[in-house]
Amino acid sequence: MYPLTMTLNGESVTVEVEPFELLVDVLRDRLGLTGTKIGCNEGECGACTVIMDGQAVLSCLLPAMKAHGREVVTIEGLGHGDELHPLQQAFIEKGAVQCGYCTPGMIMSAKALLDENPQPSAEQIEEAIAGNLCRCTGYLQIIEAVEAAIESRSMEA
Amino acid sequence: MWQEYLFPSSVEEALAMLAEREGRARLVAGGTDLIIQLTEGRWAADCLVDITRIPELGKIMLKDGMIAVGANVTHRQASESPLIRERATVLAQACHAVGSLQIRNVGTLGGNVVNAMPAADGTTALLALEAEAEIADGAGRKWVPLPDLFAGPGVSRVDSTREMLAAFRFQALSQGQESALERIARRRALALPILICAVVVTLNEAGQAFESARIALGPVAPVPFRASQAEESLRGAPIRLETMARAGEIAMRESHPRSSLLRASKEYRQEVIKVLVRRGLERAVQMAQKPGF
Repeated sequence: MYPLTMTLNGESVTVEVEPFELLVDVLRDRLGLTGTKIGCNEGECGACTVIMDGQAVLSCLLPAMKAHGREVVTIEGLGHGDELHPLQQAFIEKGAVQCGYCTPGMIMSAKALLDENPQPSAEQIEEAIAGNLCRCTGYLQIIEAVEAAIESRSMEA
Repeated sequence: MWQEYLFPSSVEEALAMLAEREGRARLVAGGTDLIIQLTEGRWAADCLVDITRIPELGKIMLKDGMIAVGANVTHRQASESPLIRERATVLAQACHAVGSLQIRNVGTLGGNVVNAMPAADGTTALLALEAEAEIADGAGRKWVPLPDLFAGPGVSRVDSTREMLAAFRFQALSQGQESALERIARRRALALPILICAVVVTLNEAGQAFESARIALGPVAPVPFRASQAEESLRGAPIRLETMARAGEIAMRESHPRSSLLRASKEYRQEVIKVLVRRGLERAVQMAQKPGF
């Protein structure tokens, strides 16, 4: 077992992991953060997307040790208690959630984009979520939700 | 499954870790292909030596007209590098076509080449740029032409249990030279190419004829492929639609696309080769003829 230390959702966490474990399994099975989903488990669907050092990555393809010393944000790191993150709120309001399985990954991809570029074009939003498959919504509501989150943020500012 | 996971901080340390484990340890970079292959049992490794924290391998530099790209440069970094976008456009375009953003954030150019797939986007662009790869092993380092690295589909001559692909280098494109990528896939994101074509053209001083052209195609053979007869047909040829269309015909005849359920029929793909080669040449020529490089 290896001690893996990372900043996870803003807090320093150390967890013992097997060298062959993947980040998604450590998050879900050792740390109980089941918001991150496993869809295809081979890097095709984006359901396992988390943010590592500011970039959207697929936690199902990432040896957990790659997170050692890094900063990781999962869907659980968004919002405060009952207060939702603007992206989460917008996804609900715009009907961007149906079965919900792709939603955490979709929101993490959108968050990585907005953290880097607070005013992306519709095309940039499409590109950021192109690696996140959704079989329910048809994507338009998701893009609308990201645009609405941008709007609500700029109104706050 | 690997029982050890190591982070060397230099190329030499990584090679020593491999040597010590005598074939039972394997290098990993981004891991976006390798982790799946290990899970499927295509390779066995008792130890993974993760090279992504070796600073030397993450650089993109211009020196004496040559661009050097470290093996750990990710597809994202390559596609966003101003130097690569301007002076090796086809490589930026190819890296941007790979997978999804999540894959491009992690997957490296070195990994793309060592994975040795004849459909690899970054590899095809590097082939058209006539890149060389720096191979490091216990004996030292040497530069090797890219085509020498491929033994068959998915089989690299770089043995990641004892040596490392550390960097690439190629001539930066200059006045009168341009490059372009043409690609067709089932969908725009997250899809392997049905066909990919990377071209680099060099025009004569007047901009009226080809001095030379390089055309790389994938996947049309067991390894990444240069359409050398088509290239030869363009040497000194006037820049006309017919010469470019003829190069497409020749490229089609010298390549060997197969029918595949994933990638459509051989007959369809042969037609597409003609079109992609012609379009790539046209596009590169148009850009090269634009004043004010």
